[in-house]
Amino acid sequence: MSYVAIIITYVFISNFVLTQFLGMCPFLGVSKNVESAVGMGFAVTFVATMASLVTWMIQHYILVPLNIVFLQTVAFILVIAALVQIVEMVLQKFAPPLYKALGLFLPLMTTNCAILGVAVIAVRANYNALESFTAGFACGVGFLLAIFVMSTIRERIATEDIPKPFRGIPIAFIIAGLMAMSFMAFDKALLKNLIG
Amino acid sequence: MIKELTKGVFKENAIFVMGIGLCPTLGVSTKVVNALGMGAGVIFVLICSNIMISLLKDFIPNKVRIPAYIVVIASFTAVVEMVMQAYTPGLFRTLGVFVPLIAVNCVIFARAEVFAGKHTILPSILDALGAGIGFTLGLLVIALIREVLGSGTITLFPLGSFEGVIDIPVLINSPVRIVGLSAGALFVIGFLQAFLNWYIAKKKEVK
Repeated sequence: MSYVAIIITYVFISNFVLTQFLGMCPFLGVSKNVESAVGMGFAVTFVATMASLVTWMIQHYILVPLNIVFLQTVAFILVIAALVQIVEMVLQKFAPPLYKALGLFLPLMTTNCAILGVAVIAVRANYNALESFTAGFACGVGFLLAIFVMSTIRERIATEDIPKPFRGIPIAFIIAGLMAMSFMAFDKALLKNLIG
Repeated sequence: MIKELTKGVFKENAIFVMGIGLCPTLGVSTKVVNALGMGAGVIFVLICSNIMISLLKDFIPNKVRIPAYIVVIASFTAVVEMVMQAYTPGLFRTLGVFVPLIAVNCVIFARAEVFAGKHTILPSILDALGAGIGFTLGLLVIALIREVLGSGTITLFPLGSFEGVIDIPVLINSPVRIVGLSAGALFVIGFLQAFLNWYIAKKKEVK
């Protein structure tokens, strides 16, 4: 698959949050205001990109040669946890402003299913290193797009008069459902028309 | 003792009350059989990891407890993955990426952190069983609504002469397709939670 096709696929056609439901917890939890939503979106993009590259290396240089692919899940989680830790320390040392912006969200990344999800999906799809990297980046951008749109809608709706039982999480789910419906407009045919 | 079991099923139901473990709930609730398979996997990992963690709680230093829990949970997830791949390959394929993702399921993690790390082995097993049954029940309700409305069938395991698929008379010819799609999952869970909020508020009023 070409790189453009991978990006379009993971940002629009099978958007991680809205069609595959990965990363639902931060999507609902951190989308109350735009600023923190965008922070979370960038943190996910950053870690997903790094993680998909590193897990590709783990898979092809360690797990497959040693014939211990059954340890995949355990290995990936540990690698992602370690990676998050390293990213946190590097940012703190060399890019304090970025650390300040993302710092709060980084520890949450270890148990974010979008990160482990993209790593597993990229391995199962038999991508090469650069394709995995692209897929990780695109899935992060898809998450950023979804959470940004969601947070702007929720900021507006906060001042509206919503029926009492729907307040809070239920209305957030219904908004997400409407967003998912609009994302149904992007399907495989779009990819064919664009790239051929 | 029984309270540990029942609180996870109703009062602290993971999906409807606590709002955790939502990713697999939305992802695998297209068919009843998928919900049952996922529920079984989660219950197994929950019980095993709760047993393991309650046994190890005196040996795990407090500072590294989170990574330790992650390793325990991920190891049992790998077991589930292998068993499922070997005995129910069809189910393993449909559940797809959500099988390895049991490892980062917040329900399991929450039980380890909140309960198993502080209690002895027997209450931990009951707690895990309760939380697991509660999760499966919630998943089952959503899957039932989505499959019946979305495709007009109920898919179970094939057993003897029973093919494993029950057809619902009118709905099979004209199903409400949107409920089975990804947007439908979000609508169903949103309306169910709103209904639950309304019901609880009404019950309080009566009191």
